[in-house]
Amino acid sequence: MAIIFSSLNIAFSQNNDQGQLSGNFSVDAQVYKEDLDIGAEVPVEKMGLNSYANFLYTRGNFTAGIRYEGYMNAMLGFDSRYDGVGIPYRFITYRNDNLEITVGNFYEQFGSGLIFRSYEDKSLGIDNAIDGLRIKLNPYKGVYLKGFTGKQRSFFDFGPGIVRGMDGELFINEIFETLNNAKSQFILGGSFVSKYQKDEHVTLNLPENIGAFAGRFTFMRGGFNLSGEYAYKYADPHPDDPSGLYNYNTKFGDVILLNTTYSAKGLGVYLSVKRVDNMSFRSDINATLNDLQINYIPGITKTHTYSLASMYPYASQPNGEIGLQAEVIYNFSKGTALGGKYGTNVSVNFSRVNSLEVKPTANLDRFETEYFAIGDELYFQDFNIKVHKKINSKWKADVSYLNIIYNKDVIQGLAGYGTIYSNVGIVDVTYKLKPRHTLRMEVQALFTKQDHGDWSMGLLEYTIAPKWFINVSDQYNHGNSEKKNHYYNIAAGYKKGANRIQLGYGRQRAGIVCVGGICRNVPASSGFNISITSSF
Amino acid sequence: MKKFIVVILFLSIGISLFSQSKNVPNVHIKNLNGEIVNAPDLFDGESLVILSFWATWCKPCIKELDAYNENIVDWAEETGVKLFAISVDNARSMSRVAPFVNGRGWENLDFYLDANEDFKRAMNVINVPHTLLLDGNGKILWQHTSYAEGDEYELYEAIKEQSAK
Repeated sequence: MAIIFSSLNIAFSQNNDQGQLSGNFSVDAQVYKEDLDIGAEVPVEKMGLNSYANFLYTRGNFTAGIRYEGYMNAMLGFDSRYDGVGIPYRFITYRNDNLEITVGNFYEQFGSGLIFRSYEDKSLGIDNAIDGLRIKLNPYKGVYLKGFTGKQRSFFDFGPGIVRGMDGELFINEIFETLNNAKSQFILGGSFVSKYQKDEHVTLNLPENIGAFAGRFTFMRGGFNLSGEYAYKYADPHPDDPSGLYNYNTKFGDVILLNTTYSAKGLGVYLSVKRVDNMSFRSDINATLNDLQINYIPGITKTHTYSLASMYPYASQPNGEIGLQAEVIYNFSKGTALGGKYGTNVSVNFSRVNSLEVKPTANLDRFETEYFAIGDELYFQDFNIKVHKKINSKWKADVSYLNIIYNKDVIQGLAGYGTIYSNVGIVDVTYKLKPRHTLRMEVQALFTKQDHGDWSMGLLEYTIAPKWFINVSDQYNHGNSEKKNHYYNIAAGYKKGANRIQLGYGRQRAGIVCVGGICRNVPASSGFNISITSSF
Repeated sequence: MKKFIVVILFLSIGISLFSQSKNVPNVHIKNLNGEIVNAPDLFDGESLVILSFWATWCKPCIKELDAYNENIVDWAEETGVKLFAISVDNARSMSRVAPFVNGRGWENLDFYLDANEDFKRAMNVINVPHTLLLDGNGKILWQHTSYAEGDEYELYEAIKEQSAK
């Protein structure tokens, strides 16, 4: 009895003497409606629901957490292996100033993630949390060490392999006192990750342990920053398209990633270069899609969020790609000719990704790639300009132009669709009627001769801060020679503090949702949807 | 059994007396120079703190930070509040954050990076933008998810109300 009371006591107290309980909660649900015009079908269960709740309890140096997840059933577009309910995530962490120990589930990333990143992204249905043991140490000022071992989550189960790794990061200026106040700063890092999976192949004798290592550096001086990471993966023969280059090949894999930035007041310049060669790294040799990935190859293109600008999003090609991204952001200050009364913000961004130049060799299970050559096949190119302007105290506008070239066959792993050349224009205007009442309007147009042809879109959104919003929108595929569909939507919501509820009705076009260069396909759907989120 | 209960009670009182640490989870974030910062170090025990979780790819976040950049100097002068903008940009766009904030002209805000969302998870943030107002020991006083023009007035009212206490 006393134990029950004391645990209730803990649960309802928010004061730090007793420890603190906090958490969040999210439900997304949709009731599907048949809509054959857009190809939307109704699953047998008629309704999809994705939900989760996290609970974190912190007391002194201890933190413990669990997450309940329920898919009843998983919404369309999510993997059906998210099935049913369970508690796939629970952990306890002990921390003091120099040591941290976690048992159970955790997320972690070494450097840019090129050889190891475990993370969750609910909108993509990705969660490759490690279940195991992790130790972080800070043995000396400026020295940070991490090590872990565990199994990767795969839906409500684990992958068959074991993943283990360690990482060190050295802040040179902190370690050497004479450099404490130096103008130039250096950070060095290195990591090693390996996976073990029992070889069960009938005929081939495959390696059971596969390792990968990476080294990285950062150099900073004033507004200038140069950073880079190189990663190498030992031969990792795994099944792929049986006739393809990557099917059980014994070539090593590597990635090089270089970023340089310069910033000063009102100016930002960014340049990034990436070369990826045979870097698919998974804890199960037979895994496909987004399953059981140990590493993360960040996309090198800008993420767009306007509906039509994100019609053709790039997805990283871990098997091989070479690309660059450059961006300049400039703020024309107030009072200048282009700045006007409030200043004008302009950003120009360009990215391009090509294939690698591959040389087949006499040895069939091994190919070679030309290191400094760029392959002939264009995967993706994006040139975009965005101007942001506050016109007066009531009006603000964002105007964007994008030119996107998208190799649909390569990016989506299809054949016969070719490359799509598109131009997109977007005007987004905000009008403040009263201090808390705002009307926002979006007009977007996408022009292409390929794929589904031209699109246009309009959106109106009215918000009453801080609680209410309503928006209506329509995407119209007027350039489609087969069917000129409208994709209308209406949504309204209420927010209070960290609680939000949204109700919507409408049509969702078939397409791709991408976050950070990782994508998932979403089928067309139609119907009512509801979304509730809360943090407490 | 009774003895056991008494022992448990004393034990919990004992622990209560000796654990006066800040409410903020001990997670590592990085500043724009790449240096590691312990999240509780953002709290000095006195000043109110605004944590605003955002990302370079999030449109409402950018509008929200525009509004904070315009107002924070006045708010700080009036109430001593501090604002830390925590970017959840991952490896894809993390190195774009510094040029982005400079290019945007956000001179009045302090930026930190939370590339694998450790701090975001520890604060139970679901989506960005998400803004929290905390006391000097990290106790959450007010929070708000998403951003609409005018939401900054609510935050300002919350700051004034809390700083008057």
